[in-house]
Amino acid sequence: MKAVEAFARRHRLQWWEALPWLAGIAVFFAFPNHLGFATKVVITILFALSLDLVLGYAGIVTLGHAAFFGAGAYTVGILAQHFNWAEPVSGLAAAALVAGAVGLASGFVVLRTHGLTLLMLTLCTMTLLEQAANMGAEWTGGFDGMPGLAFEKILGLFAFDVLYSRSQYLYSLAWLLGAFALVRTLVYSSFGQSLTGIRENVRRMHAVGAPVRARLILVYAISAALAGLAGGLWAQTTGYVNLAVLGLERAAGILIILILGGYGRLYGAMIGAIAYMVLEDQLAKAYPTTWQLGIGITLVIVALYVPNGILGLAETLRRRIAGKRARG
Amino acid sequence: MDLASILLGGCAAGMVLFIVSVGLSVTMGLMGFINLAHGGFAMLGGYAIVLAMKHWGLDFVAALGLAFVSVAALSVVLERLLYARLYGAAELTQVLFTIGLAFVMTASVTITVGPETQVVHLPAWLRGQTDLGFLQYRTYSLALIVAGAALVLGLWLGFERTRFGARIRAAVDNRRMVASLGVDVSRLFTVTFAVGSGLAAVGGGLGAEILGLDPNYPLRYLVYFLIVVAVGGLGRVTGVFFAALLIGVLDFVLKIYFPKGGAIFIYALTLIILLWRPHGLFGKKGA
Repeated sequence: MKAVEAFARRHRLQWWEALPWLAGIAVFFAFPNHLGFATKVVITILFALSLDLVLGYAGIVTLGHAAFFGAGAYTVGILAQHFNWAEPVSGLAAAALVAGAVGLASGFVVLRTHGLTLLMLTLCTMTLLEQAANMGAEWTGGFDGMPGLAFEKILGLFAFDVLYSRSQYLYSLAWLLGAFALVRTLVYSSFGQSLTGIRENVRRMHAVGAPVRARLILVYAISAALAGLAGGLWAQTTGYVNLAVLGLERAAGILIILILGGYGRLYGAMIGAIAYMVLEDQLAKAYPTTWQLGIGITLVIVALYVPNGILGLAETLRRRIAGKRARG
Repeated sequence: MDLASILLGGCAAGMVLFIVSVGLSVTMGLMGFINLAHGGFAMLGGYAIVLAMKHWGLDFVAALGLAFVSVAALSVVLERLLYARLYGAAELTQVLFTIGLAFVMTASVTITVGPETQVVHLPAWLRGQTDLGFLQYRTYSLALIVAGAALVLGLWLGFERTRFGARIRAAVDNRRMVASLGVDVSRLFTVTFAVGSGLAAVGGGLGAEILGLDPNYPLRYLVYFLIVVAVGGLGRVTGVFFAALLIGVLDFVLKIYFPKGGAIFIYALTLIILLWRPHGLFGKKGA
């Protein structure tokens, strides 16, 4: 009965779930000179969270999630530069809508496959968008991108802070909180349960009559919209958009971050983004030419010894200690 | 440029893609291992050739042989020590591991040799033009086509006409069945992996003229190698050959006529082919 009770309660908020947000606010006061970097971390967490929804919960292995990040970023950029639509909140809504639509359309097409084929199809979708952004220079700025984007005050109150990124940080943190609440509600809903079922045993889900394809397409679109939100935030907080938002490097990077933190665990996105970006930042500062070696070795070690990521490792340790206590 | 020159240039590029990708296709088909570091072996081969020619004065052909042997040996060590632990692991773990390995290769080359692009100096007999009777064409491209054709013939014979090849084909189709018949699949895989990596090394050296050679090679061309493998079908030598030729010729043509965004057609075509035939043009259903 204990397991059933734990399962029935697992969606309830625990006291420690407030800690990340308190830490987020503490960062604002403790590191006033590093808020530009912290903003990037927050946005990356949001991006990783969107990937966790499809990869960790629905089990869709994709190498092209940056497509939606890029779609969001370019939406915000194009609206600001060509249509004078510089109001940030509605700009983000547009970014999420466009990215969600791209996700819906591409999900409809590619989600009939799996394994290597699916990996390649997501990758090709992303590179197609990348090439399109490269070719449509009139709209996207092509290879040079769109530098120097300016946006209006957030809610008409807080101007984007070029020097210290203070308003950018809180603005991004607020969006992350909203997105996190949405994702958390989703994964513990019956919809989220059916996604986990599809990940674990597709045949059985078909057999019980679950609309597998419709569910997968829907979660893909939701995740794409969240990734688009992250991309739009990236464009607004940095003030530029270029091809790097769409590339394989970003797609692979976010995958690495999520696996490092632990996928299918909600908080893996947070832990992974913080661990990876701080490590990369420190290594790049200390060894400007050789930092990639450190990242590479870390990834190899994680893959070999910590396949479930940092959170998976913590869980194993906790169980082992609890088991020793029960026996001893 | 006339049609014949375009076709020849495309075929030469296709041969390079084939030589690099064929090992990836067979190892992925055998073990289902997603090896994103495969391009790294090609890069290491290219560097082995450049350095051996520069510092030891080896000639081009001898350096190719050296690259094959040394990279094949390195890949066996990596396979036994690291890859073997991850057979049967989650796809994502394999992706993480091989991307990490590609990073390590890129960084090691940057540190030891430097970030600049390397040039492979061709011997005199491979430079210049050759008269084919109906047109003059670059000797090196022609040599690439001849070498690639010889290689595909050799691989095809080895695959279709030898007992070892039969075992590989059988293991691609049904690994557990073959294992229960007493074939040591893990050794089969080690050998295939070594040969595949060695060939990639040769391809990296031969293709340096066309693809270039610098530390970012592994990730830059990864998409192309993966496209060739996916379009050709896993574990199909002939499939990879035709896919490589198709992509090579298309890429060459598009670069001439649409220099700005020709690659977009390659990705679109791959998308359509994979939607039409999810296991590639030549792959078997359910393989």
